[in-house]
Amino acid sequence: MVEILSRELLAENIWQTKVYAPRIAKSAKPGQFIIVRSEERGERIPLTIADYNAEEGSITMVTQALGASTRKIVAKGAGESFSDVAGPLGRPSDFVAEDINELRKKRFVFVAGGVGTAPVYPQVKWLHEHGVEVDVIIGAKTKDMLIYTDKMRAVATNLYIATDDGSEGFHGLVTTLLETLITEKGKSYDCCVAIGPMIMMKFVTLTAKKFDLPCVVSLNALMVDGTGMCGACRVTIAGKTKFTCVDGPEFNAYDVDFDEAMRRQGMYRTQEQRAAAIAAERAAGHKCNIGLDK
Amino acid sequence: MANKIPRVPVREQDPALRATNFDEVCLGYSLEEATLEASRCLNCKNPRCVTACPVGIQIPHFIEALKGGDVKSAADIIAQDSSLPSICGRVCPQESQCEGSCILGIKGESVAIGKLERFVGDWRLNNPQQVALPQSNGKRVAIVGSGPAGLACASDLAKLGYQVTVFEALHEVGGVLVYGIPEFRLPKKGVVAKEVESVKRLGVKFETDVIVGRTVTIDSLMDEEGFDAVFVGSGAGLPRFMGIEGENLNGVLSANEFLTRANLMRAYDDEYDTPIYVGQRVVVVGGGNVAMDAVRTAKRLGAEATIVYRRSEAELPARVEEVHHAKEEGIEFRMLTNPTRVIGDEKGWVTGLNCVRMELGEPDASGRRSPIEVAGSDFEIACDVVIMALGTSPNPLIASTTANLETSRRGCIVADEFGRTSRKGVFAGGDTVTGAATVILAMGAGRKAAAAIDKYLQQ
Repeated sequence: MVEILSRELLAENIWQTKVYAPRIAKSAKPGQFIIVRSEERGERIPLTIADYNAEEGSITMVTQALGASTRKIVAKGAGESFSDVAGPLGRPSDFVAEDINELRKKRFVFVAGGVGTAPVYPQVKWLHEHGVEVDVIIGAKTKDMLIYTDKMRAVATNLYIATDDGSEGFHGLVTTLLETLITEKGKSYDCCVAIGPMIMMKFVTLTAKKFDLPCVVSLNALMVDGTGMCGACRVTIAGKTKFTCVDGPEFNAYDVDFDEAMRRQGMYRTQEQRAAAIAAERAAGHKCNIGLDK
Repeated sequence: MANKIPRVPVREQDPALRATNFDEVCLGYSLEEATLEASRCLNCKNPRCVTACPVGIQIPHFIEALKGGDVKSAADIIAQDSSLPSICGRVCPQESQCEGSCILGIKGESVAIGKLERFVGDWRLNNPQQVALPQSNGKRVAIVGSGPAGLACASDLAKLGYQVTVFEALHEVGGVLVYGIPEFRLPKKGVVAKEVESVKRLGVKFETDVIVGRTVTIDSLMDEEGFDAVFVGSGAGLPRFMGIEGENLNGVLSANEFLTRANLMRAYDDEYDTPIYVGQRVVVVGGGNVAMDAVRTAKRLGAEATIVYRRSEAELPARVEEVHHAKEEGIEFRMLTNPTRVIGDEKGWVTGLNCVRMELGEPDASGRRSPIEVAGSDFEIACDVVIMALGTSPNPLIASTTANLETSRRGCIVADEFGRTSRKGVFAGGDTVTGAATVILAMGAGRKAAAAIDKYLQQ
């Protein structure tokens, strides 16, 4: 059992949960993820690491409650516990192993979309702590859906915000903002890292390509074990099949077959929707008399 | 003198019924049936069955005890060589080991050694022995992986007085016994959990959710957490794919994924949250035990299920009993058939499997006649799920995070017959050394390594 230290609502349906997991906290590096099983009969859900603190022995995750299983995760608060938290999984971001002096010559721009802002934070924080300049673009549908803006401002050289409805910051898409920064504001970058919905990462990649800007994306594929055993997270990278959990989750964006990756995310969608519908019905006290919930 | 009666049949669930549930297929012998079957053993002077057993269980000796109804003595005799009889009695390929060498099998039917071993093993699980634990010698051993190799190694070391901690990457202890082999062949609560309990009673500690190579490393276990030696029994968990067109379509999955969802995650039970998808028609590619497990699981989940294998039935690597059970349950076998391409619809979901017919040519390196494609024999099998059961290889995570740990070209950890690796104090055994093999070989390797670890730490 893994003790929950705190829980906080960040935006509608988006929760931050901090747990006591000292071994993971000690080993975690930017770019890695964890697998959480909320309860004994629960699903293994891969979640990004939003922060880690080795001294406190804590790791922080940010979960958007979309399906039955993520709802169970956010339903638990301080003093309660999860059945399992395993990690850190996946390979750390490449820059962690780069020569620090070379790294300091580079200018990074991170493009974070929605709940993808959370895993961007430990990366920007790490670079900031190692004296690397980082600009960050955070995008959301609307002002109320923005998360981690204050935390990010503290570690980013420049923070830019884009909302689809213009309720805060730039009115428009993160891709347009990125393009504007480069073409109109005279910004120049050596590396772009995009984390967010698959469709956003696909279009950030296309934008980066216009400027020959090297680009890295972090893929959120379906997984069961997260250790290389099942292959549910297969993605095509430069024409070759790779496992997101052990070969990734970060890949050279130009090598990723995004259309296939998006399609594969939908593999269990109808079943998830069915499970969510049954859970909602049960929660509402409905008992099916003709066995449709079996 | 041995009884000249026919082999005592073992009771099984009716095929039509069991194809709809996940309860164990084989119900095992009663004491009366076991003693009657035991009475068939000739008690050979030079028992070929013992030679054919990978761990050399004193088979005629334990059967002799069973003849007189002395199950306890039988259990003690088996325990000298095997720590997992109730499991091996269920999953060993007896027809190519002990039973395959039984003299009675030349003209008639061999003694049902596997079923007798299972009977004795189950008796021991239900009548646990009070083990007087030796005083702790103060030395600590870490075991990586809680499958058969790790369990066997842990239990032997604990009996010698070592403080043993087993680290398991998944959330449940048992390794392949839990995620790989289905409930209907190896009950999780009734058998695996009880075997684990018996290891726990020896004082062995289990820590789940620890991925060695990520959460901790071999070096951090030895340098920071104070372990004096490490045994790596992390198995062969990485699935292989064919590399054919359409393999990443929705509906193509590894047998590992399919079985992990069904077995470890209990996806077949609506009370559990993990989804599983079988569609209407499932094709499983492969002919080993894992292929049989996958196809029979698919059948139980309500799909029409077919095995596609490139050689002929004689070459099927699966246990004879599994093939027999699968056929009884209505599994379709398409032999001498090899997939060439997975076909999908415009939305990226599987609609069929394009195959070619094969014929057998000259024997290859494995001694089996190699399949050759029949030109122009392309045809399509309509299906919505394709499960690849083509074998597995060791996870590179430990080797890649442990300096100077030698591995083979195939990614296996290199270890000698005592489990000694290129790193001092680091031992390995089971599938991670041999590549995917059997439970009994892994168990045997775990025990040999335990003896070698004891010798090393005594120095």
